[in-house]
Amino acid sequence: MPFANHPTSVPVTVDDEKCIAEKGCRVCIDVCPLDVLAINPASGKAHMKYDECWYCMPCEVDCPTGAVKVEIPYLLR
Amino acid sequence: MSEIKTEIVEADILVIGGGTGGPMAAIKAKEKNPSLKVVLMEKANVKRSGAVSMGMDGLNNAVIPGYATPEQYVKEITVANDGIVHQKAVMAYATGSYPMIQYLDSIGVKFEKDGSGEYNVRKVHHMGTYVLPMPEGHHVKKALYRQLRKHQVLVTNRYMATRLLNAPDGRIAGAMGVNTRTGEFLVVRAKSVILACGAAGRLGLPASGYLFGTYENPANCGDGYAMAYHAGAGLANLECYQINPLIKDYNGPACAYVTGPFGGYTANNKGERFIECDYWSGQMMKEFYSELQSGNGPVFLNMTHLAEETISEIETILHSNERPSRGRFHEKRGTNYRDKMVEMHISEIGFCSGHSASGVWVDENARTTVAGLYAAGDMASVPHNYMLGAFVNGGIAGQDAADYCASTDLPAYDEADVAREQERVLAPTRRDDGLTPHEMEFKTRRLVNDYLQPPKVTAKYRIAQARFAEIREDLNAVCVKDPHELMRALELQSILDCADMAAAASLYRTESRWGLYHWRVDHPATDNENWFCHTLLYKDEFGRMANRKRAVDPYVVDIPEEEMGAYHQLRTPALAAE
Ligand SMILES: Cc1cc2nc3c(=O)[nH]c(=O)nc-3n(C[C@H](O)[C@H](O)[C@H](O)COP(=O)(O)OP(=O)(O)OC[C@H]3O[C@@H](n4cnc5c(N)ncnc54)[C@H](O)[C@@H]3O)c2cc1C
Ligand code: SF4
Ligand code: SF4
Repeated sequence: MPFANHPTSVPVTVDDEKCIAEKGCRVCIDVCPLDVLAINPASGKAHMKYDECWYCMPCEVDCPTGAVKVEIPYLLR
Repeated sequence: MSEIKTEIVEADILVIGGGTGGPMAAIKAKEKNPSLKVVLMEKANVKRSGAVSMGMDGLNNAVIPGYATPEQYVKEITVANDGIVHQKAVMAYATGSYPMIQYLDSIGVKFEKDGSGEYNVRKVHHMGTYVLPMPEGHHVKKALYRQLRKHQVLVTNRYMATRLLNAPDGRIAGAMGVNTRTGEFLVVRAKSVILACGAAGRLGLPASGYLFGTYENPANCGDGYAMAYHAGAGLANLECYQINPLIKDYNGPACAYVTGPFGGYTANNKGERFIECDYWSGQMMKEFYSELQSGNGPVFLNMTHLAEETISEIETILHSNERPSRGRFHEKRGTNYRDKMVEMHISEIGFCSGHSASGVWVDENARTTVAGLYAAGDMASVPHNYMLGAFVNGGIAGQDAADYCASTDLPAYDEADVAREQERVLAPTRRDDGLTPHEMEFKTRRLVNDYLQPPKVTAKYRIAQARFAEIREDLNAVCVKDPHELMRALELQSILDCADMAAAASLYRTESRWGLYHWRVDHPATDNENWFCHTLLYKDEFGRMANRKRAVDPYVVDIPEEEMGAYHQLRTPALAAE
């Protein structure tokens, strides 16, 4: 059974300009209760890897540089 | 994922779940005996895990001298649950409530006080006064974390517990877990295990279709119930579902508990009140459901009549603590409390004693039916527990487990059990091809909505059981690419276990009780003669799902016959006549 590629829009975005992941910051990745954020290998910055979000917001509130923005997922917006 | 590493750790007490009740259990165990080795295993990160991830708006069930007595509270909860409660456990909570509030206050959790420093308690329940606002409730997790560090609790973040270990004589011997980022396997041997894994919140599918848009924190997918079941523990009254009145689509409470004391109320599409009391009970939910189904729906939370300063105060509370994304949701929909009522709906079904009454059976010492195994919080059977209940009962579990450890050696376990579990856990990583956890979870939960959601129809329940069995077969094909997906595949198996338990427990109780929570269309009447009892679901000696009755223990607080029906008269008098 081959797998389909099924893109969805992600509710959580990171401003690469503001993100200081290259300095070792992992705060948003650490606090997410669903473990859906990760370092994007392409940019070296944090990004939403899995669209499995509770829109609870610790990632946004705890980010030291204000780089994270949480939106309500499109399906329920 | 290549060769797996397995680590074996020894402890006195293993606490599983670092949300609310779990950390308190660990702290209180260490307070009781600082020499104990206490390990706290958490699927996420204790800093921000669980239902109180972002904090809390208030205590829903504070029993504070001068406002309510433990006896009054026990009475209220007994009546709200149609009499099926283990009163001793409710009493243990009620008497522990005020000391816990004082303890929380002492570690930096802030509660609303009046000018003279007294707690500002408000009325939402039908009879007594129990709601204590926490306008600065966002500090809860930080305060807990400081205590975990102070007491040197050993925390393992990002480990998902998958199964408990039993000793040859049946008592608890530890648990196994898997790292959700590396796939490493962990065995924790322990004299005692405390389960605090939260609700089973990923059972039904939210109407939006978004798998993670649940009322409960989606990390709480029912692992605790599944682990307890497979370890031989009894689970009580699972047919008494959790169904909550929420903001339509958003799946956060609207929230009548916060707004009620300010004058907000639940209204139908004519703007009229139809229930007298906004306290969440099965009966209240049945009125809510009926209103939604009638031409009077949708149902709304009305605050449009309130003064500007009141509304700003409500906004400050509701948009900053437990569900801060609520403000963003309303903004996108153009909802302003000042001129538009908030549309509400009923949530997907789940198990949760925090708001309802079902869970792993525990007595007044938080002990389950398996020696050495404790449960606390949303997954344990003490009804209407909420956050303070998770703290109090977590504390009780921690203290009792500390005593239990003193008289127990580290039990032996069977290595074959570990090997078998490793095989089960890692099987999805060994396939290159097959079904994804996501589609299997969607299908399971869609079937839960189609067939299990009340009103409960026997014929639909039988179909559900057949369809769940088909999905169980499909588990042989589930395939994952990384440890994160593996976590989802394991969660799916807990969800499926919970779906089967929900169906089996509901079919067993052939009467209707608890309003909407257990409305059996084929058995519409409440049958006190045969069913004034708890039901216990358990795994029998052949590994099958079985049920039995458990008598309700003699009450410690008497309830006069005429007061028993108090929660049955929730409809406003004018509408009741319609
Ligand atoms: C949106 C919302 C609003 C609420 N509002 C209020 C309120 O205003 N007032 C009030 O009193 N109560 C409120 N409650 C209820 C209250 O928050 C809960 O009853 C209480 O926090 C439950 O505590 P718990 O310890 O049982 O679960 P949680 O605090 O949810 O902790 C469970 C923990 O277990 C972890 N876990 C799950 N599975 C595993 C596993 N397999 N291995 C390891 N760890 C695992 C989870 O990650 C989580 O951290 C609210 C609940 C919600 C969801
Ligand atoms: S917390 Fe902020 S700065 Fe740190 S990794 Fe995440 S986005 Fe980047
Ligand atoms: S909003 Fe919550 S679930 Fe979503 S990415 Fe942020 S922390 Fe994770």
